[in-house]
Parts: sequence; structure tokens; C-alpha cells
Amino acid sequence: MSSLFNEVVPERTDGVPTRRVTITVNGEQHTADVEPRLLLAHLLRQGLRLTGTHTGCDTTNCGACTVLFDGRPVKSCTMLAVQADGHEVTTVEGLATASALHPIQEGFKDEHGLQCGFCTPGMMMSAKALLAENPDPTEDEIRWALSGNLCRCTGYQNIVKAVMWAAHKMQDQESEEVS
Amino acid sequence: MYPPRFQYEAPATVEEAIALLGDGNGDAKVLAGGQSLIPMLKLRFAAPTLLVDINNIAGLDYHRVDPDGTLRIGALCRHEHLEKSALIADNYPTIAAAAPLVADPIVRTRGTFVGSICHADPQGDWAACAIALNANLVVQGPSGRRSIAARDFVHGPFETALAADEIAVEAVIPAANGTARGGYLKLERRIGDFATAGVAVSLDIVDHRVERAGIALVGVGPQTIDARDAAEALQGSVLTSTTIEQAASLAAQAAQPRSDHRGSASYKRHIVQTFTSRILTSIHGPSREAA
Repeated sequence: MSSLFNEVVPERTDGVPTRRVTITVNGEQHTADVEPRLLLAHLLRQGLRLTGTHTGCDTTNCGACTVLFDGRPVKSCTMLAVQADGHEVTTVEGLATASALHPIQEGFKDEHGLQCGFCTPGMMMSAKALLAENPDPTEDEIRWALSGNLCRCTGYQNIVKAVMWAAHKMQDQESEEVS
Repeated sequence: MYPPRFQYEAPATVEEAIALLGDGNGDAKVLAGGQSLIPMLKLRFAAPTLLVDINNIAGLDYHRVDPDGTLRIGALCRHEHLEKSALIADNYPTIAAAAPLVADPIVRTRGTFVGSICHADPQGDWAACAIALNANLVVQGPSGRRSIAARDFVHGPFETALAADEIAVEAVIPAANGTARGGYLKLERRIGDFATAGVAVSLDIVDHRVERAGIALVGVGPQTIDARDAAEALQGSVLTSTTIEQAASLAAQAAQPRSDHRGSASYKRHIVQTFTSRILTSIHGPSREAA
């Protein structure tokens, strides 16, 4: 992949300095030349065609663009792509395997944790970060952990249930593996 | 939205970063957590020609206590490091109370304590805590380091004492002279919104007597307000309902709120009084039991 910024800002003229970055996204290493002002969200969506990461408010409020950056949730509209050089990014596309949904995705499906679905990728990435730290969260802990992600449809009830469902499923899987 | 074009450098040492800032001729900005700067770039509230990203500088992400009890918070210590720190939870009640209220959980993984103070938003949580805690900012420039009291560091809305070729490398919170007590309360319409009003209180207490007090106000003026009269009223006194109400009333007088969509000026002033009283009462309660 040569210049990703060409795809993002077509009017780009030659001579605009770019930087070469190497980023591991969902376990796969990508090298790209990016203009420093390219946002991580745009690199993911336009550059790598990983459009599961949504850009909503574009002002660091809504959390639709949440991805994991070295395992911690970040708003990818509020980070420069150059800052991800040498780091690991996980997007919503990195949750499922070829054969199975991730328990968090199953939870959102089973508990009707979405309506329009716009906030869902960000919700799921925040949920993934929460469950990695706290495999057995209370309802209150889930609500606090998701408080940087806005949903305009659900009233959050079923999102909380979905994360709870996923927590139980992941704990069951863990105990099965142990036994 | 895209940020305007800028030159980007990510040096590996503070010295290199300072040299780059010097080259920027006053038109360079330091990028730490970026949780305020990047939105401001996108909204064209800021258009520096050079961004000096300090995230690749090793050894700035600490918070630690010296043997004499001084707390040091490095320039890359993120909000969530403080939120999850047992050291903070056990010894720094003002910081421990504020950390979970800064922005939202996702922003807290990136944003930094020192960067928030340098941003000098009148609605920022940490500048108020730093003033209440009598903290200093250590800033480094081409000719070395200097230390600036937090209350003198913030000059106005988004204005600080930082020179164009200086970086705030550390916040220093002096050891409590006695038992550290304190709290932080903030009213916000929803998580992640700017504060309607907030109050930071820090007290050092010896034998139920207030040895040192600091009170600072958030979102009720053109800059973070050091409610010094309210703090001085407590100095040397024992917390009683009378001294608490006096301090709360002085804090409300120190506020310079403006009516806006978050509430009327009188409402915000009332919140300052209520929050100051509430924090002081919560400190007063357990110490009275102990007496």
C-alpha cells in the first residue's frame, strides 16, 4: 500500500510530507505512508477498508470510533494514525473468528443490544476492554465502563444485558477449558 | 473532520522536544494525550505548524512518592493510571475523588494529568485539584528547569505561564502536613460534558485542626478559581458546622459564574456553596467520630 492519504484527501499535492508507519491491526501487520494529520479512524476506515469502526460525532464525545490500542480503548477519531506506529490496534472486525462470533457479539444479538447499530462497534470494544480487566462486572460497573459510548436508540438497558450475557458466556467457556 | 496540515515530530528525549519547540518559533504545540488538542485541531480552534508528540519519550508515565511524601506525576501519566492507583486511593483523597470524574472512561486511557493543566480549560478538573493541593508544575526549557505554583501557572482561559519552548514535565504535590483529607465534586449534565460547576478541596489535618487548606473552583469563571479566602478561613480552625458554612459561603463568593445553557449564575454559585459544604461535612463526619 503506497499512500493512504491519497485515498482520503484526493486534492493532496505532491511534496506533502508523509511518514511510514507500521501498525498491527487485528493481528495483521500493515505498512502505510500517511500524512501526519490523518486520523487513526480514517486510516482504519478508508485506508484499510475496516469500516466496522464508525465515526459519529467526530468530537471525542460519542465513542462510536472506539478501538483497542495496545489493549486499552481509545477514540480513534482522537488519535493520529502516525501515533499508532509500532502499536497494536484491535477493531470490531477483530472480534469474531472465521467460524464463530465473539461472545460479546453473541450477547448483543441474543439480548437485542442494538437497534440502528451505529454505536455497537464502539460499545463492543469498550465491553471487551472491561471484560479483559473485570470478567465478572456488576451492572453498575458495566454502565460506568460504557459511559464514554453514546447510544440514541436502546436506552442502554439491553446493551447492559448483552455485556452481562457475554461475561457469563466467557466465564462458562473459561471453566469448561479448565475442567 | 481533518486537522489542518502540520509538521509532526516524535522525539525520544525531552531535550530534543524542547529544541523542536524552539524551532517552532512559538507556533508549535506539545501533543501528549491529545484529548483536547486533537478535537481543537479538527475544529480549527488551534492550527500549530508543528506538533511535538512526546508520547515516545520514555520515563514520563510515572506517578510516585518520594521518601519525604512528595507526590510526583510525570507528563505522560494518564487519567486512568491515577484512577486505578492504590497509592492514590490510599493517600490522595482529592485526586482519588476527581480521577473517575474526568471526561469519560475512554478519554481517561489517553488524556494526561499534566496535559490537562497545560490546556488550562476553566472547566478542567485537574487544574482545580492542583491548586487545592498546592501543587507545582516543573517545566523544562533550553536553560533548564523551573518550578511554578499551579495557582500562578494558569493565567487565564487556555493561557498558562509556559513559554513557547518549555514543556511541563512533572506535577509535584507536596507531602501533607498531617493527615491528607479532601474531595472533589462536579456537576455535569452527562458524563463527558463540560462541568456546570465543580469544587476541589484539600485539607491537611493535625489533631482535628486544619493545618493547611486549599479550595479551587471549576467552570465558574474565566479560569480555574483559587478560592483563597474560603481556604484561609479554615486555616487553624476545627471543622464545625459554623466554620464549614463560613468557608462554603466564601467559596460561593469567590465564584464568578455566568448564566448559560448549563444553568444560571446564581444556580452555579449555589452549587459551589453546596459542594464545598458537602465535601467539608464528609471530612468533618469521620473525624468527629474519632474524637
